[in-house]
Amino acid sequence: MNASVPIKHTQAESDLIGRFEAAKGVLTGSVAVTALREAAVSQIRDKGLPHRRVEEYKYTDLRAFMKSAAPLAAAADESAVKAILGGQDAFGGLERYRIVVANGAFLPGLSDVEALASEGVSVTSLTGELAGEHGAQLLASPKSAANDGVLALNTAFVQGGVVVKVKEGAEVSRPVELVHVAASAGAQVSRNKIYVAKGAKLRLLETFAGETGAGELNIVFDYDVADTASLVATRLIVGQSDTARLITSIATIGAQTEFKSLGFIAGPRFIRNQQFINFAGENSNAGIYGVTMARDEDLADQTLIVDHAVPHCNSREFFKTVLDGRAKGVYQGRINVAPHAQKTDGEMMTQALLLSEDAEMANKPELEIFADDVICAHGATSGQIDEDLLFYLRARGIPEDEARTLLVLAFLAEAIEEYGEDDVTEGLEARVRDWLAGH
Amino acid sequence: MLEIKNLHARIAEDETEILRGVNLTVKAGEVHAIMGPNGSGKSTLSYVLAGKDDYEVTEGEVLFDGQNMLDMSPDERAAAGMFLAFQYPIEIPGVATMEFLKTAMNAQRKARGEAQLSIPDFMKRVKEAAGHLNVSMDMLKRPLNVGFSGGEKKRAEILQMSLLEPKLCVLDETDSGLDIDALRIVSDGVNKLRGPDRAMVVITHYQRLLDHIVPDVVHVLSKGRIVKTGDKDLALELEKNGYADYVDAAA
Ligand SMILES: Nc1ncnc2c1ncn2[C@@H]1O[C@H](COP(=O)(O)OP(=O)(O)OP(=O)(O)O)[C@@H](O)[C@H]1O
Ligand SMILES: [Mg+2]
Repeated sequence: MNASVPIKHTQAESDLIGRFEAAKGVLTGSVAVTALREAAVSQIRDKGLPHRRVEEYKYTDLRAFMKSAAPLAAAADESAVKAILGGQDAFGGLERYRIVVANGAFLPGLSDVEALASEGVSVTSLTGELAGEHGAQLLASPKSAANDGVLALNTAFVQGGVVVKVKEGAEVSRPVELVHVAASAGAQVSRNKIYVAKGAKLRLLETFAGETGAGELNIVFDYDVADTASLVATRLIVGQSDTARLITSIATIGAQTEFKSLGFIAGPRFIRNQQFINFAGENSNAGIYGVTMARDEDLADQTLIVDHAVPHCNSREFFKTVLDGRAKGVYQGRINVAPHAQKTDGEMMTQALLLSEDAEMANKPELEIFADDVICAHGATSGQIDEDLLFYLRARGIPEDEARTLLVLAFLAEAIEEYGEDDVTEGLEARVRDWLAGH
Repeated sequence: MLEIKNLHARIAEDETEILRGVNLTVKAGEVHAIMGPNGSGKSTLSYVLAGKDDYEVTEGEVLFDGQNMLDMSPDERAAAGMFLAFQYPIEIPGVATMEFLKTAMNAQRKARGEAQLSIPDFMKRVKEAAGHLNVSMDMLKRPLNVGFSGGEKKRAEILQMSLLEPKLCVLDETDSGLDIDALRIVSDGVNKLRGPDRAMVVITHYQRLLDHIVPDVVHVLSKGRIVKTGDKDLALELEKNGYADYVDAAA
């Protein structure tokens, strides 16, 4: 295809280009940030939204899915945010700190800023930082996804977010929930930078509340985990929503670090959860877990690239997907091992359970290995509920629905248990049950 | 309690007929043994009674306490009091044994309109039954049957049976895989359940089980039919002479 021939824009693409012009006044930032925004919108103008002929979006055609693009959400009304937060509580009684980003902007008044400060955690608004001299660095793309279309959409329209810094050696005593609230309709675009300094420990909970109406949700979490630090990020993307949920993680992890993440997805109509993880220091461990449930016409995409750029690191990727109705699940996972990244240990597994004839799973685990002294493996399975197991449970008097539920829970529990954050994942069984019951 | 009349069943997938007119009546309080060569249809009969849908009943009927059992789903049959101790108990990774036991007991109670068990009551029952059958609490902490040895699986089946207190117990080769001591422990467990309101069908290849669980009636199943019925001495005779006399008769 010749790049100089202009593409014919879809309605959504025209909307996005118009949105950019209309929002120029609110999309602040340094000169360099503005240049990045311009470049990103040019990418959308020239190449359009990511579509199925782009390899990374082969199964997840955002261009076909997005029929239009609503304007960016206006600033949130605090009382509306409070009402939404009061009405849904993703982690029940779990003791935790909270950071609130609503309609793309940090709300310090609703966040536990002082309590976090006393634990060695500072939280500031991304908007302010984007105007500063290092603003553009906050929008850096990962090497493995330099031209990603979802990231371009984020860069062009990022409204705000938070910059969280956990200071050296601080072990934050409670999990920190970073909740994104859609307090009114409109696209919500935010980016969050999380620094975990040397020896520090943070457990992050990433949740999403409220309704964006016709607007898309595009959120980036950019983690910087310094040497000997630890970060555990549990992401819960639940509840119904008819527009695209586009969530990206970027992780740069130093030497001797522990990094773990769980992406739990149940409900949205169209979700892309993508993660770009880069080992930048030796002797580190990463555990990337995923639990996905989709039904009806839903599409749920878990995509990740793990870059073993240095020697002596271990990564484990373990993803479980349950599909019903005509839902489509996507797993694209790639482990890259650089030529000098000897002694890499990577083990990737993706397993799908199909509850209906029409559900479809695209499993694409890949290894790209350029070093010779490594242990890497990958596997993928896709199957139905085992009728013999079902019969055994029913023969003991357990009705069919409950027996199926038990088997689905058992299937998913393998990943959740290996993830191992029991206090955080305690409520997930109830969510799986809810989802199976059709809620 | 159980009346099987002219039961014909075939494999649903390829329509091979396995049961070819089984007639069997088991009254409350009785223990019947079924013996017969490999592949004669003993397990198939037990599966058809439990409601496995790999098999299709083409003729005949099964009455359980006068009710048409073939119209009931497997879980309804279980709640009504049917229990099958599987020849090959299945491992179910990810389902905790205790959780499973509680779910099964309460599901049956619910179906019968009885109250749910309290946790202490449930624990007490499990501990007591496990103690009798020499099943360790450690085993019960594992996922259902996962990593259990062959003999442990059989003991776990009888544990489930003791807890569920069925009216009709069908034991499919529960003795295979058991060591000599376990055979006695399991037989004692089964004998404890013998009573005037309960019936048992014990499928086995070996007389030694019947030394412990003494049957009232012994049947020989061959090529999908009961070809001989006698008292407990029939088992002794089979042990000595094999099936040759009866197998030919069925052909
Ligand atoms: N689901 C099935 N698919 C195919 N063949 C089957 C199936 N179930 C049973 N059979 C066949 O039906 C016949 C009877 O099997 P069944 O398991 O009932 O025998 P059995 O009497 O229990 O034997 P054993 O003493 O070896 O346990 C065998 O030939 C077996 O291969
Ligand atoms: Mg058998």
